[in-house]
Amino acid sequence: MTTVDTPASAPPATGAEGRPGTGDRAPRREWGVVNVFSHGFLLIWALLTTLPLLWVFISSFKSDGEILSDPWGLPGALRFENWARAWTEARIGQYFLNSAIVVAGSLTLTMLFGATAAYVFARYEFRFRQVFYYLFVGGMMFPVFLALVPLFFVVRNAGLFNHWVGLILVYAAYSLPFTVFFLSAFFRTLPTSVAEAALIDGCGHFRLFFRVMLPMARPGLVSVGIFNFLSQWNQFILPQVLMQGDESKWVLAQGLAALAVSQGYQGDFSGLFAGLTLGMLPVLAVYVLFQRQIQSGLTAGQLK
Amino acid sequence: MKHGKYPLIITFLVPPLLLYGIFVLSPYLQAFQISTTNWLGYSASADYVGLENFGNLLRDGALWNAVRNNAILLVLLPVLTIGLGLFFASMLNMGGRRGTAGVVGVRGSGAYKLVYFFPQVLSVVIIALLWKEVYHPNNGLLNATLRGIGLPAPTWLGDPRTAFWAVLAVMIWSNVGFYVVLFGAAMQAIPKDIYEAVMLDGASRWTTLTRVTIPLLWDTVQVAWIYLAIAALDGFILIQQMTDGGPNHSSDVIGLRMYNTAFGSETKFGYASAIGVVMFFLTLSVAVLALRASRRDRIEYS
Repeated sequence: MTTVDTPASAPPATGAEGRPGTGDRAPRREWGVVNVFSHGFLLIWALLTTLPLLWVFISSFKSDGEILSDPWGLPGALRFENWARAWTEARIGQYFLNSAIVVAGSLTLTMLFGATAAYVFARYEFRFRQVFYYLFVGGMMFPVFLALVPLFFVVRNAGLFNHWVGLILVYAAYSLPFTVFFLSAFFRTLPTSVAEAALIDGCGHFRLFFRVMLPMARPGLVSVGIFNFLSQWNQFILPQVLMQGDESKWVLAQGLAALAVSQGYQGDFSGLFAGLTLGMLPVLAVYVLFQRQIQSGLTAGQLK
Repeated sequence: MKHGKYPLIITFLVPPLLLYGIFVLSPYLQAFQISTTNWLGYSASADYVGLENFGNLLRDGALWNAVRNNAILLVLLPVLTIGLGLFFASMLNMGGRRGTAGVVGVRGSGAYKLVYFFPQVLSVVIIALLWKEVYHPNNGLLNATLRGIGLPAPTWLGDPRTAFWAVLAVMIWSNVGFYVVLFGAAMQAIPKDIYEAVMLDGASRWTTLTRVTIPLLWDTVQVAWIYLAIAALDGFILIQQMTDGGPNHSSDVIGLRMYNTAFGSETKFGYASAIGVVMFFLTLSVAVLALRASRRDRIEYS
């Protein structure tokens, strides 16, 4: 049986000889015609997806004059100074670092709290377990808009408004429902015999979790970690409400939105394209490197 | 083994519960309470006004306009995204059948899957800003192309007749790739002998897709439907960044109404929270309805 990645599917006109029992010729010719069509459609969508990204990338090297006069044209030179301008003047570099700091904190917290809570829900019996579980997981269904106004005051009253710590705690809190839902399902699939054996051997409950269960749950942790990383890295509404004042603390998405606004006044098209490119490239590069893990990480939760 | 599961349960459960309670549960509960007040802004007092805000919602033309746009999204976004997703997924995963039965990818399906997924990893803000430039009336990629082949070049986001549809197209564009991969994974899980049997019966490609593949994918389609329906009730970031609801409110959505009511020029927190409560019940009922409407017997492959 051929698998997906095998490039053995040559054009059907030449193949298919010597295969007994595959029917008469007519259906095979139909498949051939369809194949040309299917490649056509697939190619069109591939172009639709890549062309806008490629266009932004190419435009980031153009001068403003080139961008205005000929959108399809190629840049006359590789003007990396556009990138430098976006990186320093529009502070994309600073915002990049800010996003990295916030997400490093929030992702750690999300994974720690998500894994511990999910483990307890999956593996221990206690009073009101179901109530707590549904309380947690129910949060997946709420639209974040409803919480925005009170959340603003909760964060401000806690003295965390315009602070990264506030953003870190809030990101983690809003990532918990899905994380707990996903990981508790995962912990339930792990064999109980290993845990029982470890307990009989005198392993404590804490040691059991950190030394046995957590390593066994690694595939699940990776999937949900990727999911949380991307959603926290791309978060926009929460920082827009909770990080309004101090420009130097903004995250990347805020910085890009602000760059687009200021570009509108100054007409610095090349700076905007360079900023967008700087925002896209790292994420796309990481995605291309870890395509399989990222695709399965993002789709795994939906298939549960 | 006896010595204490409770220390672990408490240390593992209490910190996440506190974090979740403070930053998620309590804001949601407070929002319901705020929605029954006339709270205006940061220092003004908040008086209990009962359901007055909700009564005003019913007469709020701008809100109804936004609700109508979300309703259109609710119908079109899932239908078009799932339709395109299934179409491309079946092309990718079953297009390369050459006498062999089963799920066989077309040549280069790996590359297609890589590329189709691009929008999914990008931030919505980047997608919005990128497409705003593509739609730019003078130096955008789209109009440059249209002019190049001698077609008229509309102003897209600047025209009330086209702005909303232009944003809808971007929503579909950014979602299709994810569902191609999702449906593709589900198609790979369908046992090959089912397709062998279908092949032997001489079924056409179309029959195979509509009578065999899609019914077997129904669970996944249902999940996709719910996610897309919830996404259709949102649309906030794309709209805010691309059109800010304009021109002339033609592309307004409920989320943007709520955001501008709360954090715009006037800070009507009470009224904004009432809009939020409406969004909450809309989302909840859409999810429940989608679950109900698409309920079928679960298929398990033994």
